[in-house]
Amino acid sequence: MLRLLNLELQKLLLSRTSKVLIFVSFILPFTVLILSSIKINFFGFFTLELGELGIFNFPIIWHITTFFASQFKFFFAIVVVSMIGNEYSNKTLKQNLIDGLSKKEFILSKFYTIVFFSLIATLLIAVASFFIGMYYSSYTEASIIFRETSFLLAYFTKLIGFFSLCLFFGMLVKRSAFALAFLFILYIVEWIIFGLISWQANMDIAGKIQDFFPLKSMYNLIDQPFQRVMMTKFPEKGELMYDYAVHGGEIAIVLCWTAIFIFLSYKLLEKRDL
Amino acid sequence: MEPILTINNLTKKFGFLTAVNDLSFNINKGDVYGILGPNGSGKSTTLGIVLSVVNKTSGDFKWFDGKVSAHDALKKVGAIIERPNFYPYMTAAQNLKLVCKIKGVDYSKIDEKLEVVNLLDRKDHKFSTFSLGMKQRLAIASALLNDPEILILDEPTNGLDPQGIHQIRQIMKDIASQGTTILLASHLLDEVEKVCSHVVVLRKGVKLYSGRVDEMISSHGFFELKCENEEELIAYLESNPDFGTLKIENQLITAFLNEPMDAITFNKLMFEKGIVLSHLVKRKQSLEEQFLQLTDKL
Repeated sequence: MLRLLNLELQKLLLSRTSKVLIFVSFILPFTVLILSSIKINFFGFFTLELGELGIFNFPIIWHITTFFASQFKFFFAIVVVSMIGNEYSNKTLKQNLIDGLSKKEFILSKFYTIVFFSLIATLLIAVASFFIGMYYSSYTEASIIFRETSFLLAYFTKLIGFFSLCLFFGMLVKRSAFALAFLFILYIVEWIIFGLISWQANMDIAGKIQDFFPLKSMYNLIDQPFQRVMMTKFPEKGELMYDYAVHGGEIAIVLCWTAIFIFLSYKLLEKRDL
Repeated sequence: MEPILTINNLTKKFGFLTAVNDLSFNINKGDVYGILGPNGSGKSTTLGIVLSVVNKTSGDFKWFDGKVSAHDALKKVGAIIERPNFYPYMTAAQNLKLVCKIKGVDYSKIDEKLEVVNLLDRKDHKFSTFSLGMKQRLAIASALLNDPEILILDEPTNGLDPQGIHQIRQIMKDIASQGTTILLASHLLDEVEKVCSHVVVLRKGVKLYSGRVDEMISSHGFFELKCENEEELIAYLESNPDFGTLKIENQLITAFLNEPMDAITFNKLMFEKGIVLSHLVKRKQSLEEQFLQLTDKL
């Protein structure tokens, strides 16, 4: 396993483009997080301090940071599709197989890399959130701090699921740009199907079915936190109540998709003549 | 004889096209094998199948008598296919390091093999800056990294300039002289003739011949003759069952032998018959003539 990871890391880290993209996808959310946590003074007119809004309190901070950090996953998605696209266009995939890498090992080396980077991303966010939280939060009892760390697990699952989808699209179309276009098409297709079902049946059923679609199920893992922030401000308003927690079922659906995407990528490569 | 590669009834179909049709042959340790065939005869497809990048339709093949799995076997094989494929953004040494990681070879081999192909001074240059000849030499270095039991080369001199071709052939000869088994696919006949001891001839995916190069056609060679008294000579050759086809071009008579006969015996025979020759040469057919004869048969 380490051998396969090592192999893929060499391919990625020696390429300047992917190095920059990896850097951006990890450092950017990290930086934004740090910047937003400091007090910004607008030339003495007023000071903007997001911490004052209470969004950096435990346990809500886990929800906020993972939600915003996951918006940056697109940068690493480019790396994932291009690491497949380049293998095809340089014909190095063929050479790797001839040199004695099996097709299974090839897919696994990509998958391990995805897991590796998702893990690093999760750890970075965890550490950053922890320290910012410790600085701002009014509650610092261990039970409150670690109450909603399930968001970290959701974030980790979301990254793995999304990148596995990218890996599959990369294998399917062999070209990085088209693979990214496919992501967009899938997004539209999911909404079209949602529209069709709600037209034929009703919105409720359609929504429930849509929760099983790949992109929607990944989105569901971490619900938007805005409503929750509002809820904390106006606790008396009952209509703002919603279920924002991370559910085991949601994680299970995404893990299923991950398994399906990796398996299909392998089958695709196995069937293909290079 | 220790078998390195055994191919049994291998068939590959691309839709309606049969690229390789019921192909069987063996490669034994120490042989230098050539796969000959015109363009599109299934050479590269066959190599692709045994190198596990192309899926077979039916039949099977075994590496090293089937003792190891296909991809483990490939770690003991060195192969170059058509064009050298490397990561353009990595240097020569980095590319080879990656191959070492795949094959599980020690990094110390990198410098050693770069030396063999004369690229040591370009070791830290990016692959994208290399000329085609250098790329091809790097591919050879990469194939040699694991000191392979068999080296597979698919048209290694394709697209190279004369110097490049010469360098590659020299490297091939050196490797062959060290006892490494080589499988060389090519449509360049003199290349195969110079290097190989055995040959497989393919045409449209069908095997026409496999065996030693010098036994490719059961031929005893031919005489090239010139004589003042042509009619008498032709009449005699036609009456003698030892001779087969006759060809007459610009007073040069070419007589193919059905039975072995050396030039001395023939000369004596002519003298006894009272025919005086002004020109007598005994020759064997070149591989090119044999190849054309074979591939035209069907």
